[in-house]
Amino acid sequence: MLLSIYLHRLSFTYMFLTVWNYALYFHIGETEKKCFIEEIPDETMVIGKYRTQLWDKHSNSFLAATPGLGMHVEIKDPDTKIILSRQYGSDGRFTFTSHTPGEHQICLHSNSTKMALFSGGKLRVHLDIQVGEHTNNYPEIAAKDKLTELQLRVRQLLDQVEQIQKEQNYQRYREERFRMTSESTNQRVLWWSIAQTLILIVTGVWQMKHLKSFFEAKKLV
Amino acid sequence: MCSMYGSFRVLLQVLSAQLLCVWVLGSELTFELPDNAKQCFYEDIIIGTKCTLEFQVVTGGHYDVDCRLEDPEGTTLYKEMKKQYDSFTFTAAKNGTYKFCFSNEFSTFTHKTVYFDFQVGDDPPLFPNENRVTALTQMESACVSIHEALKSVIDYQTHFRLREAQGRSRAEDLNTRVAFWSIGEAIILLVVSISQVVLLRSFFSDRKTTTTRVGS
Repeated sequence: MLLSIYLHRLSFTYMFLTVWNYALYFHIGETEKKCFIEEIPDETMVIGKYRTQLWDKHSNSFLAATPGLGMHVEIKDPDTKIILSRQYGSDGRFTFTSHTPGEHQICLHSNSTKMALFSGGKLRVHLDIQVGEHTNNYPEIAAKDKLTELQLRVRQLLDQVEQIQKEQNYQRYREERFRMTSESTNQRVLWWSIAQTLILIVTGVWQMKHLKSFFEAKKLV
Repeated sequence: MCSMYGSFRVLLQVLSAQLLCVWVLGSELTFELPDNAKQCFYEDIIIGTKCTLEFQVVTGGHYDVDCRLEDPEGTTLYKEMKKQYDSFTFTAAKNGTYKFCFSNEFSTFTHKTVYFDFQVGDDPPLFPNENRVTALTQMESACVSIHEALKSVIDYQTHFRLREAQGRSRAEDLNTRVAFWSIGEAIILLVVSISQVVLLRSFFSDRKTTTTRVGS
């Protein structure tokens, strides 16, 4: 009897571990804002999923999502323009497609409606961000387009290669920016060195002339 | 007796489900670590899973960070101080929550951007409902090996992109610093030379008045 209860508990624990657990988690304070950076080429899809749990003092464990506890998600594009700014519930899923290549910033902060919910506790946030070809749901694609296994594998390879190609293009664009910055530094160093040498010479000459005329006026020379 | 067999069967089914489709809980994130801060991430791992933790510092200071990986009982599996890039593979010896932390506590004012990639287990199969009874055909195994090769290409590309981002942020920093300091230096030069002349003039003016006073 006890053994059967134990086995039941064990199997449920395993199920719990596998069904509920879909990502990494971290702790976030009440007013804390956590930001993540995704450097991606253009026309790339990003899917983010999160799940929150709140520390319960009474049971000394993390409980599943409580109502009224939401997370505010803010996504900025490389020009620091906000492309998504929405309030989600305790479990959320957000998607966006990049239109400019570069560093996108995904920021999360809690927006609890009742301050008492937090009271000295920490919020546990499970987060999973998938980029590019990882966002494709292959079983779904296979069912929709009625693909055989081989066709599906080839489709996966095609998606991967497309992602590599986009990244290479983005690399070319970044390298151009790097080159422009280096050449600008080169120009600046050149012109400012010349300008500073000229200023040095001019002020030196002016100093001597001015002092000479000053001393002549004072009849010391 | 029946209930025990029933629950045992449930347990076996769940365990076999585990073996057939090992879950990938791989995450790759880039985050900013402020100075004097420590950021920890946790993940529940099942015993026997092969995991890899890879991290790289993208921007900030001397591009170094402290990293520490602990198992559910608190034993340190990996600890490195001030490392720029590293990769650590281990097989989970215990069930439970593994914790890894990045610390920038040694730095006083530089905040760092850290990239990490934590892969747990293998990829989920393309067909989760399949029951792999027959071996893979040649075409299929060719596809699998191409897929693995492309995965490593993407991984190398990511590391290359991070190194390039490092170089580029340094170059942009240098560019603004050169402009700022050149203008600053030119202004200092002018100010110092003018004040030198003014100071010298003031020395001679004072002495003249004192000499006349002594004379009379």
